[in-house]
Amino acid sequence: MTVFTLSAAEREAALLPALTALTERHRLACEPYRRILDAIGAAGPYDRVAALPWLPVRLFKTHELRSVPEEQVFRVLTSSGTTGQRPSRIYLDREAAAAQPRMLAATLRAVLGERRMPMLIVDSRSVVRDPALSARGAGVLGMMNFGRDHTFALDEQGELDAEAVKGFLARHGAEPYLIFGFTYMAWLHLRELGMDLSQGVLVHSGGWKKLAEQSVDNPEYRRRLGEECGLRRIHNFYGMVEQIGTVFLEGPDGGGLYCPDFADVVIRDPDTWQEAPPGVPGLIEVVSTLPTSYPGHVLLTEDLGVVHGVDDGVWPGKRFSVLGRLPRAEARGCSDTYRQAAA
Amino acid sequence: MSHLDRLREVFRSSLNLPAAADVDGLEYRAIPQWDSLAHMSLIAAMEDEFAVMIDTDEMIDMSSFAKAAALLEKHGIGAAAR
Repeated sequence: MTVFTLSAAEREAALLPALTALTERHRLACEPYRRILDAIGAAGPYDRVAALPWLPVRLFKTHELRSVPEEQVFRVLTSSGTTGQRPSRIYLDREAAAAQPRMLAATLRAVLGERRMPMLIVDSRSVVRDPALSARGAGVLGMMNFGRDHTFALDEQGELDAEAVKGFLARHGAEPYLIFGFTYMAWLHLRELGMDLSQGVLVHSGGWKKLAEQSVDNPEYRRRLGEECGLRRIHNFYGMVEQIGTVFLEGPDGGGLYCPDFADVVIRDPDTWQEAPPGVPGLIEVVSTLPTSYPGHVLLTEDLGVVHGVDDGVWPGKRFSVLGRLPRAEARGCSDTYRQAAA
Repeated sequence: MSHLDRLREVFRSSLNLPAAADVDGLEYRAIPQWDSLAHMSLIAAMEDEFAVMIDTDEMIDMSSFAKAAALLEKHGIGAAAR
């Protein structure tokens, strides 16, 4: 069973009623959310997903946005947040906490299969040991569900542990195995390793800023890791703690990020807020039916992206790329209205 | 030792619980010792002890001792021991 099945039209038909119902559910259960909707005059009926009211993702840093009573909160997730910012706080009840790893697993199954493969992690073991888990540690820990014989490629100082990797490859190098790392770290350390990783399936996520500074874009990333390490199966994904469990996954052909059936993206022109057509960059809005215990089902990110095509790739629906962060000053302007309304 | 006793032992050692600890009613994340990292050690220890391969979905769904026992049964472990 895969979750990459719905064409754009089928997805729209499935998501519109589900997301409309979530909007009403959160409006009733989350007072700050209701105030925001009132302030911007958002009221149904909504005729398409792009017409649903969105929340700027940074509101989760400044407001307690939850749609379940405090005693039903099972886990609170926090984001790293950039320097000087408060972290986002995401409230999960038991049901939402159980759904998110399942849906992440259903999504990654498309490229990993059902079995837990031996797993090489391009990080230090200490990132998952920290009791106050960093966002990076939480990311690694979440991915470890998909592997077995977890082997960390970096030592506690963050230096490459070539012996550990050699040992891993001696045990598992002849069968498919999973490699997970943050985009920049995988780029840096896997190339430094200079070993044959041709049986590996690389799954990576995280910012492209450092790579952009070295003029490395995604095609170059894939090309060089293919040439230097023999990696042919490479899958980037895009996701955020504010929509935990939902990831947009790069297809086998590298032709962009694809949306699982329970999610979609809307690219918005940052001046008019209208939906931008394919080929025209704008701010990325992410929608997902997973956020049931907090109003995170329609979120405007601070990332710029572009839709490359619709129903024209290896999987149905939109395929898109993330182009980088919107400069800070511009991002402030767009959420001021929301911040005042929610205060 | 019955398979359930072996499973109890695996739980106690993977979760660093005392030898006499009653584990039959345990649920994932209900005690601080059973966090997501310990969950992975627990799964690996079960795989070693019972020579089974546990899939991603099974691992995610194994949210209590009772579910762990049911999972072993599904893999033919309980039936074999009867």
